[in-house]
Amino acid sequence: MKSHPGYLIINNNSPSSGIEDIPVLDYLSFREKIISALNEENKHCVSYYCVPSVDSLRLVCCIADDSDNSIEIFSCQPGRDTKVIESAALLSPQVHIFEREIHENAGIVFESHPWLKPVRFSYNRADTSKTMDGYPFYSIHSEELHEVGVGPVHAGVIEPGHFRFICNGEKVHHLEIQLGYQHRGVEELFLSKQDALQRCILSESIAGETSVGHSLAHSQLIESLSGMEVSEELQIERCIALELERVAVHIGDTAALCGDVAYQLGQVVCEALRTIVINTTQLWCGNRFGKGLIRPGGSNYPLNNEIAEAISDMADIIAERFGEIADCIYSTPSVLARFDEIGIVTKKQAHSIGTVGPSARTCGIVRDIRRSHPFQYFRNYSVEPVILESGDVLARGMLRSLEVQESLKIIRDLLKIWTEGKRKEEKPVYNYRLKPDSFSLALLEGWRGEICHSVMTDKDGKISHYKVKDPSFHNWMALALAVRNQEISDFPVCNKSFNLSYCGHDL
Amino acid sequence: MLKELKILKHHGKQYISDLRRQKISPLFRGRPVISGNISEEERRSAASVCPVRAIDKSSGSIDLGRCVFCKECAFLLPEKIEFTNDYHIASNDRNSLIIKPGDNNLIKLDEKKVRPEVRDLFKGALKLRQVSAGGDNSCEMELAASGNVNFDLGRYGIEFVASPRHADGIVITGPISENMSRALEITYDAIPEPKIIILAGADSISGGIFEGSPALDRSFLGMHHIDLYVPGNPAHPLTFINGILDMLGIKK
Repeated sequence: MKSHPGYLIINNNSPSSGIEDIPVLDYLSFREKIISALNEENKHCVSYYCVPSVDSLRLVCCIADDSDNSIEIFSCQPGRDTKVIESAALLSPQVHIFEREIHENAGIVFESHPWLKPVRFSYNRADTSKTMDGYPFYSIHSEELHEVGVGPVHAGVIEPGHFRFICNGEKVHHLEIQLGYQHRGVEELFLSKQDALQRCILSESIAGETSVGHSLAHSQLIESLSGMEVSEELQIERCIALELERVAVHIGDTAALCGDVAYQLGQVVCEALRTIVINTTQLWCGNRFGKGLIRPGGSNYPLNNEIAEAISDMADIIAERFGEIADCIYSTPSVLARFDEIGIVTKKQAHSIGTVGPSARTCGIVRDIRRSHPFQYFRNYSVEPVILESGDVLARGMLRSLEVQESLKIIRDLLKIWTEGKRKEEKPVYNYRLKPDSFSLALLEGWRGEICHSVMTDKDGKISHYKVKDPSFHNWMALALAVRNQEISDFPVCNKSFNLSYCGHDL
Repeated sequence: MLKELKILKHHGKQYISDLRRQKISPLFRGRPVISGNISEEERRSAASVCPVRAIDKSSGSIDLGRCVFCKECAFLLPEKIEFTNDYHIASNDRNSLIIKPGDNNLIKLDEKKVRPEVRDLFKGALKLRQVSAGGDNSCEMELAASGNVNFDLGRYGIEFVASPRHADGIVITGPISENMSRALEITYDAIPEPKIIILAGADSISGGIFEGSPALDRSFLGMHHIDLYVPGNPAHPLTFINGILDMLGIKK
C-alpha cells in the first residue's frame, strides 16, 4: 500500500486499507484524475461507484493497470446538495456505464453525459417515476429505417433482456440493449444478510455459470478483510476449480456457436464434452456448477488423490477430443463463412469502452488478471494469456479453443504441484470478524473476464457497502458495437460469441 | 471426411439409455435423510445454520422447496443428517417436499392431484416455454441440457419451444424479479388452455436465497395452480426429467 497525494495504490488482495486512507479530492481534480489515468492505454476502470451515507455521498473510483499489479483508488465527496456534476464519459467513454449507475442509484446528474439512462431499474433507484415500460430508446425518424424489438423473453432457454435494433433493410445501424429484468437486489442483500454462509450462497448465485468465479472473489474479499490466510494447497485447488469452470463454459459456448450456424457435429460433440467437464466438477463437490466448493478460509470438499486423478484423466480426454473437433470446426468453410470478419470490435473501440476478458484479448489487448494482478496460486504460476487480433466472431470462437487448451495445461501443471500429503485440515470459517472502517477490493479473472468485488465496513466491522462488478457490465457495449453494419441475421452468432451475463449485470 | 468419422467414433454413444435409473456421483446432493432421534438442541442448531430457513427448528424437517443443498447442516451434524444422491425429488405436492426426521421414503407424486387433462393431452408430446425471471442461469443451463445429446428429453416428445403460442406449459426459473413479473404474466397468458406450470429450482419455488428481497414480485404464483415442483440449486436435468415423466405417467 502506497499513498500519493491524489490516490491510494493497493495490490490485488492486499490486506485491507482503512477507509480514511483513500484520498478525498474535490470533484474537479477527481474527474481530471479519471480522465488522465484512462488516457493511458494500459489502464482501465475496474469499478466506480457511489457510497451513500447519512450526511454525504462519496464517489470511489478504482483504476487498474494491465502491466503491473497495482490498483489506484481515489474518491471525492460532492456535497449532499450537489446534484449536477460534469460527466467524464465524453472524454473517457468507459465510465459511461458507471456514471449511469450512479445517476440511477443516487440521483446525481452527470452533465454532458451522452447517454444518461437508467441501467437496470433497481428497486431502490433514486427516481421511481422512471419505469421499465418507459425506457427512452434511441430512435431515428426516417421512412427508410425500421425497428426490430426482441425480448425480454427470447426464443431459447436463456435469461431475459430486450434488444432494440434500428435497421435499414437487413442491415443493423444501431442496437440498444435494455437490461434490468433480472434485478434481484443482490448488493443490498449482501448488507441485509448478516450470516456469513448466506453471503456465500448469495455470491454463488450472482451468475450461476460463474459460481466459482464470484464465490472466490467474495472469499478473497472476506479473507483479506479478516486477516485469514489459506494454505498453498487450497489456493491451487481454487485455481483448478476456476479453470474447470472456464473450460466447461468455453466448450459449451463453442457448442452454441456451432448450433447457431447449423454445424451439428460441432454442437453435439461439444455438448457431450462439456458434460464430461461439469460431471467431473460434480464428482468433486456434488454440484455441476461448483456451488458449495468455494468458502472463506477453507473447503468442505478438499481435493484428494482419487479426484485429482479423475480431473487429470478428464483433462487428457478433453484436450484430445476438443482439440480434434476444434480443428474440424475452424476448418469447415460453411462455419468460417459465418464467423470470419463478422461482428468486429476494433482495438480502439475496445480500449475506449474498457472491455475486459476474452472480448479484450481478441482485440489485441493484453488484459488478464491472472497475469497482471495475480491471485491465489497464480501468484506463483505464471499464465501466458492468449491474444488474438481480429476482434471478430472467429477470434472470439478460436480464443475459446486456445484458452481451453491453455486452461487444461494449467490444470495438469497445478495437479503436479499439488500434493495430498501437504494438505492441512482447513474448514470453512463463518465466524470471522471483519476489520472496522476498512476497504478492500478483490479482482480475479473469471471465464468471462475480470470480476471485481469491493467492500467497506463500518466502525463495528459490519459490511456497510458491497459492490459487485461482473465483466458483462463493461462488455455489453462491445456487443452493441459489434453488430453495427452487420446483417441482423448475424446477431445470434455475435451474441453467442460474447455470451454475456444478464443477472451478473442486473444484480 | 475421415476427420469427421474419427470424431464420431470417439464421440460414440452419448445418450443415457435409462433416465430413470442413471447412476450419479456419490457426492451429488439429493434427498436428505434425517435421523429419527435428532435431539431438540440439534434441530435448533441445524435450523440456525441453514441459510434459507429450510429447516424447521421445532420439527427438524427440511423443506426441499427452500433448500439450496449447501449441505452445511449435514456437515454440522454428520451423524444425524445425510444428503443421499437420490435425484428423484420432484413432486406436484408441495408438502411432500418436506422431509421429516425418520423419513426415508422416496418422494412421490400425488397421483390424485395430477389433473386428468395433463395426462390425456400431453403424454405423447409436451411442448414447454421457459421463462427465466431472475434466474441465475444455472437452472436455465440445466433445463437446456435436458434436451442435449446426453439426456435427450426429446425422445419422449418433450421439448422447449420458442413461442408460448406453441407451448403447453411454462417452466419458471428464478425468484421472479419485479422487473420480469409482467413479461412472465404476458408469456403465460399467450399459452393456450389447458396449460401447466412447472417451477424449477429453489429460487422459483420459494425465492431461495433471495426470499424477502424487495426487488421481487412473486404474486403470479399465488394466482395460479402449480403442476410440478422441481427442487435443486440448480435443478439437475435428471430431477427435471423424472419429475415430468412422473407427472405425465410415463413409466419407462
